[in-house]
Amino acid sequence: MSTQKSTSLFQGDMVKEALGQSIAKLNPKTMFRNPVMFTVEIGTAIMLVVAIYSFGNKGQGSFGYNLAVFLILFITLLFANFAEAIAEARGKAQANSLRKTREETPAKMLDAGGNIVIISSSKLQKGDVFVCDAGDTIPTDGEIIEGIATIDESAITGESAPVIRESGGDKSSVTGGTKVLSDQIKVQVTNGPGESFLDKMIALVEGASRQKTPNEIALTILLAGFTLVFIIVCVTLKPFADFANTPITIAAFISLFVCLIPTTIGGLLSAIGIAGMDRALRANVITKSGKAVETAGDLDVLLLDKTGTITIGNRKATKFYPTAGVTAIEFMQLSLLTSIPDETPEGKSIVELANELLPIGTTALNTDGATFIKFTAETRSSGMQLANGDKILKGAFDSMKKIAEAAGNTMPTDTAEAVNLIATNGGTPLVVTANHSIKGVIELQDIIKPGISERFDRLRKMGVKTVMVTGDNPLTAKFIAEKAGVDDYIAEAKPEDKMNYIKAEQALGKLVAMMGDGTNDAPALAQADVGVAMNSGTAAAKEAGNMVDLDNDPTKLIEIVEIGKQLLMTRGTLTTFSIANDVAKYFAIVPALFMAAIPALNGLNVMHLSSPESAILSAIIFNAIIIPILIPLALKGVAYKPIGASALLRRNLIIYGLGGLIAPFIGIKLIDMAITLFL
Amino acid sequence: MNSQLLAVALTFLTTILLAIPFGKYIAKIYGGQKTLLDPIFTPIEKLIFRFSGINASKQMNWKQHLKAMLTINFLWFFLGMFLLMNQGWLPFNPDGNPSMSPDLAFNTAISFLINCNLQHYSGETGMSYFIQIFFVTFLQFVSAATGLALAAMIFKSLSPKKQEDKDAENENKIGYLRGLGNFYNYFLKSCTRILLPLSVVVAAILLFNGTPMNTEGKDQFTSLEGDTVNVSRGPAAAMIAIKHIGTNGGGYFGANSAHPLENPNFLTNTVEIIAQMIIPLAMIFALGYFINRKKLSWMIFSVMTIGFLLLTIPTILTEIGGNPAISRMGINQSAGAMEGKEVRFGTPASAYWSIATTVISTGSVNAMHDSTMPLSGMMQMLAMMTNAFYGGCGVGILNFYIYIIIAVFISGLMVGRTPEFMGKKVEAREVKIAMIVALFHPFLILVGTALASYGIMNIKDIAWLNNPGFHGFSEMLYEYTSSAANNGSGFEGLGDNTPWWNISTGIVLIMGRFIPIIGPLAIAGLLANKKEIPESAGTLKTDTSTFGLMIFAVIFLITALSFFPALTLGPIAEYFTLYK
Repeated sequence: MSTQKSTSLFQGDMVKEALGQSIAKLNPKTMFRNPVMFTVEIGTAIMLVVAIYSFGNKGQGSFGYNLAVFLILFITLLFANFAEAIAEARGKAQANSLRKTREETPAKMLDAGGNIVIISSSKLQKGDVFVCDAGDTIPTDGEIIEGIATIDESAITGESAPVIRESGGDKSSVTGGTKVLSDQIKVQVTNGPGESFLDKMIALVEGASRQKTPNEIALTILLAGFTLVFIIVCVTLKPFADFANTPITIAAFISLFVCLIPTTIGGLLSAIGIAGMDRALRANVITKSGKAVETAGDLDVLLLDKTGTITIGNRKATKFYPTAGVTAIEFMQLSLLTSIPDETPEGKSIVELANELLPIGTTALNTDGATFIKFTAETRSSGMQLANGDKILKGAFDSMKKIAEAAGNTMPTDTAEAVNLIATNGGTPLVVTANHSIKGVIELQDIIKPGISERFDRLRKMGVKTVMVTGDNPLTAKFIAEKAGVDDYIAEAKPEDKMNYIKAEQALGKLVAMMGDGTNDAPALAQADVGVAMNSGTAAAKEAGNMVDLDNDPTKLIEIVEIGKQLLMTRGTLTTFSIANDVAKYFAIVPALFMAAIPALNGLNVMHLSSPESAILSAIIFNAIIIPILIPLALKGVAYKPIGASALLRRNLIIYGLGGLIAPFIGIKLIDMAITLFL
Repeated sequence: MNSQLLAVALTFLTTILLAIPFGKYIAKIYGGQKTLLDPIFTPIEKLIFRFSGINASKQMNWKQHLKAMLTINFLWFFLGMFLLMNQGWLPFNPDGNPSMSPDLAFNTAISFLINCNLQHYSGETGMSYFIQIFFVTFLQFVSAATGLALAAMIFKSLSPKKQEDKDAENENKIGYLRGLGNFYNYFLKSCTRILLPLSVVVAAILLFNGTPMNTEGKDQFTSLEGDTVNVSRGPAAAMIAIKHIGTNGGGYFGANSAHPLENPNFLTNTVEIIAQMIIPLAMIFALGYFINRKKLSWMIFSVMTIGFLLLTIPTILTEIGGNPAISRMGINQSAGAMEGKEVRFGTPASAYWSIATTVISTGSVNAMHDSTMPLSGMMQMLAMMTNAFYGGCGVGILNFYIYIIIAVFISGLMVGRTPEFMGKKVEAREVKIAMIVALFHPFLILVGTALASYGIMNIKDIAWLNNPGFHGFSEMLYEYTSSAANNGSGFEGLGDNTPWWNISTGIVLIMGRFIPIIGPLAIAGLLANKKEIPESAGTLKTDTSTFGLMIFAVIFLITALSFFPALTLGPIAEYFTLYK
């Protein structure tokens, strides 16, 4: 996957495919979707007729000149089609590389009688159940209905560490193409053949089911408006010119028209849209519609889960606080005893820290004949029953206090103070008891991801508010929120709290995004303007969201926002560039139109182009080649910089507005000089 | 020359200094706040509302505003047609002027109805006093008030939503449209509180400087050569005041404000020029006071002023420079290009007026535009082609609003956010309307001129045009530009009282008025009903100089791209031929 990301923009086979597509897309039915380029196609057809007519007839200029105009216009069309085709090819290649992994793998399907039948993965229907054993490749997307397994998802995510997926919880989904490393699972197919999210995405990229996004529609209207203005300008020029006794050839009319209408943006518009989805796919996000990507650029609020997004996975033990009368070594040994058999990340981190801090030789503890007391929701504690009858427990402060007090022991004041201190610092206290007497407290802390507060800062500059969602108590939540630099937090969050928060923000007119994986997240995912479901999440969550993140990476939302903004900006800047180009084209063509009849108008020929024909040819050649020159920009997108809207507008106005004004003056002059050498 | 230039600069400065407090006053009027003139006007207004059965406090949504506006305009049109075609037998006609022909009456009725005042007749011989008072002066008030009332609705649409509107929105009432004030209330108050007091002041100044105000018919005197000269008079001072205050521009006399009785001296010239600019300028500031965003007003004012100066300065310089063709004949040009100008005003003041009157849709003239240099002629046409630097009473803001929407859309995309203006998303529908309006202006001008050019080349026996060549083309282009921009000034040189000019410009006039009014009204109405989006760091602020630059670029590009070829064949070709 990582090699895929660094490939060059134009790969040989993609270019070949795109070239073929450029011709196929000349079909007027396809062309009609893009009004700007459609008018160019009409102009090209007229020029073909004129070129043929001028072979042997006089009055419309030489055959060679007309043919040249026709060819340049034809190439302009091909360039525009190529831009769209190459964007499609790239998107498809990306999607196909994901799809390939799952094609034609044998599936162990359970038939009605419960017997295993081996069939091809492409034959699996929605609702079928198949079995996967260790070493099997999972044939298609589905949900585990029985069992637990470790799975290697590196084919999809590029992450080599295996993940655990099990039936029931929020991590029950498996993806086709990933590999089962251990155990056996029974999986129910969630999509019929050709209906997976990936299939839908490929269809979107291929254009068959691609719908224009709202902003794309509005921009198309704007461009169609400009096209209409120029139709009026060119058509009325005919009687004007007749009045001034300056006959204008058809080639000159069509060249003027094609140069003036915004062909640059018109030719690149759909490529920009496809490239936006493609960029999302490169970030390993499958989008269900182009609109979702566009909306991402407008987001005002991001709801982020604390765990995994703001903090690294789970809490870690950071400090031991023995109570008065208990030595540090003694206390750490007790803590170690409570956690040796403990498989939870918290338990493991206690073992890790204790092993690190204890002097050499003091870690070997006698646990022969000991039994582990598992954590239950009722006792809210876990620990070890030693062979000598000692019972050592660790657990939440209030439950341990209850146990101790029930046994007639009191809560030592120094421990109570330590518990308070830990809580105000955003940590979680775990109180350790030995035979119901309190021995001290272990501090667990959330570790905030390095670099996360810089990312929040960047989001703030973009105008996006970040909200942390956590099950922690308000005190802890506040501490972590401040430390990580989020703007707001929801503490002790229940699933409906997310929903309510989203609704409240939306009522204020804001656009909200959230990420989720559980079935109980599904309503909120559906309510959010952009709902990103993790690929590991339940089918319900994936169905409810409008994007699926293959990496299961909660920070992905930040990237998605930038992709959305880039998409809009690329459209806006290229529109400005395209329209600003017209000024220079006017100065090339208008004097050329009238110079023969009104020599005084040579004063307008500020570029000193050598002849009317070369001026017109230079203008349309510039108009054509600017499209392929800008394809890389259209595909990569204009870089977004969070420097504030006004500063960004100024920057883009200078680069694309002023640049668009000046560049064609230079370009047309250079082309004219080159043409003059050949004429 | 320097003192004349200084006078022009001071005139402009005075206009701005008067417009700021007057804008505050206008904002108070539309906001229903207390003003000094309340004791005089409140009873009169109450009486009028009671008499006409209008509940002035009833809130109207944008569609109701539009309906009310169109209805009263429709009535006035037929009233106007009737009066013009029957003035011969109606009272107050001491000079015995005849009734108008149907095509001339059509053109004239529309032209005054829509605040344009394109005149294909001469006041002295074409209109009775009755018509001058009850048709011309009446329409000059109400057509200006129509534009002002609609601008007030736009102001209202930009102000924050009221609680009842928010409630309706939360209840998801289908088809609920937000109330945006009362059209009749805005309309009447525009007449009584804004137009009337200013007109009284200006009319008084004109009276004291010799402009007639009577109903006595023509006067006679014997000139030094011994000829008997008939001098037309009539109720002129009152009409000339509102003609400028209401940015109407139709002359009482055929020679408009170049006529010695219509504009007797340099002082009245200064007063008339301030009078025509004060309301369009004040409206910009009124917007800022009304919605409490003064910075937005200053942004709009700056963009418009830069545009205005970019048109004015070259015009003044060109006119001061004189006519090279006359210089070549060895004639002293130290006073500038004086052909077609009045000696009592001089070149700078005439050049300044020519841009002021075209930028604002007044269209009155104090010198003959046909005689100005090619570059000045182009600047006058560009002023009307952009039609958004200050602009006419109320409608200037409406025109500018369209450019704001287009600029907001493009710049919104450029900063990576769905475009929004004053917290409202600008989407496909608004862009569509804005583009239609922006498109219509060049469409009317270019198609009109194209048809006329075609006609002249192919229908030889109609003497439409007096001048051949580039200048003749400029004359046609100017006529349609003036009509589409609802300006009403003429390059003249056309045989313009013919069915072709009367009917074709009449149609252009109607479309040039109502489409640019309905469009912004619809956009404002649509936006007013949208959800308000709170401002964030990613929101593009519209009251900054950067955004001002963006609007200016949009105005410049749309105008330049639409009209460059046409201007090339007219004034630009003439310029290069004259200055070769």
